[in-house]
Amino acid sequence: MATTLNESPPESRTARTGSGGRRRRRRLNLLPYLLVLPELVAELLIHIIPMALGVWIAFLSLNQLSIRHWISAPFVGLTNFRNGLDPSTAIGSQFFQTLGRTAVYTVLVLGLCWLLGTAAAYFLNSQFRGRGLLRALYLLPFALPVFVSAIAFAFMFNQRDGIVNKVLVDELHLVDDRPFWLIGSNAFVTLVIASVWTAWPFAFLLQLAALQTVPDEVYEAAALDGAGRWRQFFGITLPMIRTPNVVMLLLMFLATFNQFTVPYVLFGVSPPSEATLMSPLIYQFSFGNWNFGLGGAVSTLLLVLLFVVSAVYIRLVMPKERPGHA
Amino acid sequence: MRDTVSFRVLRAAVLTSITAMVLLPLYVIVVSSFKPLADVSGPFTWLPDRFTLEPYVQMWSTIPLARYLANSVLVTSVSTLLALTIAVLAAFSLSRLRWRGQRAFSLLVLSTQMFPGILFLLPLYLIFTQIQRTIGVQLNGSYAGLIVTYMTFSVPFATWMLMGFFAAIPDDLEEAAMVDGTTRLGAFLRVVLPVARPGIVAVGVFTFLNGWGEVLFASVLTTRETRTLAVGLQAFSTQTDVRWNEMMAASIVISLPVLVAFLLVQRHLVQGLATGAVK
Repeated sequence: MATTLNESPPESRTARTGSGGRRRRRRLNLLPYLLVLPELVAELLIHIIPMALGVWIAFLSLNQLSIRHWISAPFVGLTNFRNGLDPSTAIGSQFFQTLGRTAVYTVLVLGLCWLLGTAAAYFLNSQFRGRGLLRALYLLPFALPVFVSAIAFAFMFNQRDGIVNKVLVDELHLVDDRPFWLIGSNAFVTLVIASVWTAWPFAFLLQLAALQTVPDEVYEAAALDGAGRWRQFFGITLPMIRTPNVVMLLLMFLATFNQFTVPYVLFGVSPPSEATLMSPLIYQFSFGNWNFGLGGAVSTLLLVLLFVVSAVYIRLVMPKERPGHA
Repeated sequence: MRDTVSFRVLRAAVLTSITAMVLLPLYVIVVSSFKPLADVSGPFTWLPDRFTLEPYVQMWSTIPLARYLANSVLVTSVSTLLALTIAVLAAFSLSRLRWRGQRAFSLLVLSTQMFPGILFLLPLYLIFTQIQRTIGVQLNGSYAGLIVTYMTFSVPFATWMLMGFFAAIPDDLEEAAMVDGTTRLGAFLRVVLPVARPGIVAVGVFTFLNGWGEVLFASVLTTRETRTLAVGLQAFSTQTDVRWNEMMAASIVISLPVLVAFLLVQRHLVQGLATGAVK
């Protein structure tokens, strides 16, 4: 999913509250509130109320039978959380294993996307023929709907007839038995590869924009001091694009940690246990086993986790409120 | 800066590898879409046994592809237009006006943008069930229900993107209009909106793309009649065979318009990002 962020430059905010703004503010101005009213209503209906309800159902006993009458479903306190969080039960151990697996998956995908995106952006930031063409080409995996890419990977990693086993087994003779890629432990590898392929151009795009903000003079000065390309990159470039990189990685963290489309298309409704991520697990609990209470409990835990991450993220992205305002 | 030979060699090696990595799946999709069924059902071949356009014809009758396409267009367009309208108004207020509660509201929009769809899917499913029980309006499986769920990601996304575009417009433009006696709202309609139009179009395209590729909500909340492409393409895979050639042909047909649209407006994404946070 394409996600982005913007911050309004603090200096323009001050400019706007100049003399003209102050004069207007004396009247009670309803315009700003009228303009956000539709969005406020939408936020209430699609986000606030559902999120509150999502937390509420975590305390209910909901199964296939009681789901139609969920308003009168029995309140069971922390039972769902106890089931979800007790590592000695099947569900609890599944939850913790999935949490750990999703963390490993996220770190791998983020790391690979960053490496690919940074390498591509770094080299495309130099002058050579065909640069524009490569730039457009590298954006294609990002512009392609994720489900289409995932379909292609399911086809390529097919055990009997896929291109991957054809190359590995028939052409390079690296392995003798045709490995299964969509079931068993290899499924995790397939999941990471397909996810990286769809996501890395986002890192590339942001990194390219970030690199273009580093003025050439900086490199010229460094070259005069005798710093080679490597030293320039690690000593100057990386520190200068640190902030956009932190923002980029946080955005990608959220998208990756919550990945649903790639595993769903690759593996269907019940992914192999070795490749089950957090969002598909909640999906399975809720729409596979129709245990919405458990699904709600795990959702609530995820909500808390993401809230912590978001808080950190917002502190990094949002401009600090100036003293003397509001 | 001069490019040394070793730099050129390294650049060529890295970019060639990345290009190969990008091209391989694209090549597989394209070449498979021109193969007869017998060919894609056997071991992969780099070139078609026999080049054929059959899959592009056959795919429309194997599954109700036209129906899925129409469903996708309908649900994605309506949710994008609704979200964009709401978001343009809110983003203007959030990025160019000052009011109490502004910061809290931006925080709310920003944080809801970051929560995954699965958190909204469960409760919305229950709310839809309850609405049906109480007033008899069916939302689970209907277009309206699906559009509402698409708004959960398109509204905050569009708002957040548009805030960046509006904030990047110089204040002088608006101030000049207001010196001439135009009201704040008039300045918004006559000055800010036209200047921000390329940005708004770009945000619309990105919002549309998000909806076009949506799988999670559509997998639960659609029926045979309302199924969208993202979920419907799975129907090429049946218990007896998988029509990979038709699936790839359909993938290409439904991706081409959005690919073109994306490439046309992608500069604005970079621009929006460059003028926004990445600086």
